[in-house]
Amino acid sequence: MTTTTEQPTRRLNTAKAMVEAIAAEMERDENVFVLGEDVGAYGGIFSSTTGLLDRFGPDRVLDTPISETGFIGAAIGAATEGLRPIVELMFVDFFGVCMDQIYNHMAKIHFESGGNVTVPMVLMTAVGGGYSDGAQHSQCLWGTFAHLPGMKVVVPSNPADAAGLMTAAIRDDNPVVFMFHKGIQGLPWMAKNRRSVGPVPTGDHVVEIGKAATPRPGSDVTVVTLSLSVHHALDVAEELAGDGIDAEVIDLRSIVPMDTEAIIESVTRTGHLVIVDEDYQSFGLSGEIAARIAEHDPTILKAPISRVAVPDVPIPYARPLEYAALPTPARIKAAILQQTGR
Amino acid sequence: MSASMEAQVRRDLFDQMVLIRTYEEAVLREYHADKKPAFDIGAGLIPGEMHLSAGQEPVAAGVCAHLTTDDAVTATHRPHHFAIAHGVDLQAMTAEIFGRVDGLGKGRGGHMHLFDPATHFSCSGIIAEGYPPAAGQALAFKRRGTDRVAVAVTGEGAANQGAFHETLNLAALWKLPVVFIVEDNDWGISVPRSASTSVADNAARAASYGMPGVRVEDNAVEAVYAAAGEAVERARNGGGPSLIEVHTLRLWGHFEGDAQGYRADLEGVPGKDPIPTYEAVLLEQGVIDDAAVAASRKNASEVVEAAIAFAKASAEPDPATVLDHVFA
Repeated sequence: MTTTTEQPTRRLNTAKAMVEAIAAEMERDENVFVLGEDVGAYGGIFSSTTGLLDRFGPDRVLDTPISETGFIGAAIGAATEGLRPIVELMFVDFFGVCMDQIYNHMAKIHFESGGNVTVPMVLMTAVGGGYSDGAQHSQCLWGTFAHLPGMKVVVPSNPADAAGLMTAAIRDDNPVVFMFHKGIQGLPWMAKNRRSVGPVPTGDHVVEIGKAATPRPGSDVTVVTLSLSVHHALDVAEELAGDGIDAEVIDLRSIVPMDTEAIIESVTRTGHLVIVDEDYQSFGLSGEIAARIAEHDPTILKAPISRVAVPDVPIPYARPLEYAALPTPARIKAAILQQTGR
Repeated sequence: MSASMEAQVRRDLFDQMVLIRTYEEAVLREYHADKKPAFDIGAGLIPGEMHLSAGQEPVAAGVCAHLTTDDAVTATHRPHHFAIAHGVDLQAMTAEIFGRVDGLGKGRGGHMHLFDPATHFSCSGIIAEGYPPAAGQALAFKRRGTDRVAVAVTGEGAANQGAFHETLNLAALWKLPVVFIVEDNDWGISVPRSASTSVADNAARAASYGMPGVRVEDNAVEAVYAAAGEAVERARNGGGPSLIEVHTLRLWGHFEGDAQGYRADLEGVPGKDPIPTYEAVLLEQGVIDDAAVAASRKNASEVVEAAIAFAKASAEPDPATVLDHVFA
């Protein structure tokens, strides 16, 4: 469910949409504040906090030392005392230096306390590759976070959802990991996806966490995906429509909770499933979706599923190698053609 | 020992230490009661790892005497003494240790994961990782313009963890109202500090972060009280964080079931017990008499046994509720 009190929209890039959502919540609730590396004067390396320092001052927009354990842990402690921090982990790849705070503390305190202590915070982090940043700065890793109970995991693909999901995440009483792909931010220094700029509703725009979207309905094959890959899937679907193939594209938008119902409903109609996932293939999101269908009713499938994910290799540096690993439009197209027998 | 300290403060410190020891002895008794003849860590009314704090009472008593329940305490995997001294409800805490529905965490946490929002008490089973959230609590207190403080506790082994150093830097940088406590009980499980730590004194590390650091020797409760008083006062008045290391004593094993074959100092340990030592001083100086000692023990015993009885009477959690409380 998406709720919007005022209807006019304007066109923003995803980064700007995130910033506007954060700013609106900071205006609404004095407990909301932002901290992280380079979130102040720089405005976030991927522009997720641009202008917030000027608007709200250094008491509410805090540049931190390069101490992810220290400042993410501090966000957790502040959240347990009723503040609503938005803390940025600059690249999700840096999770290794602070995973104890994220998993043993942020995600478990509510459970361990028997529900007596809440941890209302947003951990926002940049994900994804495609620009030769190598194996330590290009991962998605949402499957890693989704695997561990106690955190919601949202993964927007476009400006309107980024704004609406950010607002929902800030208002949520649970820890929410907000994973934004660098390739949809609309950054001036990185090749832009044409859908990285889009209409964003004004007013109180909230996208409920846990509901998938269907940006392209279709009847021949279901493509379940998220984040930047949504755009690749839509591009391919548009191309194949000219060949008489009608692909449905599902944008998961969040994977904890995941809208299993939407996937099953679609696959029940189409009988064919392509999962496109920029995370590693094994032990992750694509396997989980396959398992949920198998648990529900494997006979809804008319053919074995196709997975277009990162094969089990670290993200390579050299462009031809990186693009051999990423879920490119060409790989998505091949999978759809295989499913539809073309 | 200071004769100038108010007699009532000294009696309170003694009573607090007696209460903690009485509690740990009762947990020790209950923990082992149904693990005989063969010790099975997962068996009995209290299953799992059990880290008891006997010998470390002076640290908790001396520090928490300066706190109210509006202040926060973040303790370690060995948390009982600080929980008791900070005023956590003993019955709910005990029920949690027994894994019962009336426990602080309704049986989801256990003895290393005690969370009490009423007193802002929490603990973490991960070495040094309770420090960063304590800084965050202090940040919240400061942002709201209060004079509340956060106390963060670790052992001396934790002073070699990154989280320890990241938090000291952050708290000093942001001048947060935190008091960092290091309980040096000489042992990181089986490894003596001489084999783990490059400096003789972890309080010296405070200087690296531009904050005051003091080391209290001899497990002396009144010296802890004095040092903590200064540090808490400094934090309340906007003077930022401080570090206090207390040379304390792990009277028993790292956990119950630890045979302590590695421990060369074991024979001399009971003689260093801080409670009889302090009792003798207070008796000699006429601060307490034998009747007061007996009353202290009797009161502690009644309170503790009531908590144990409460825990035993509480129901075990219904397995059907296993998925509750993952999300708010």
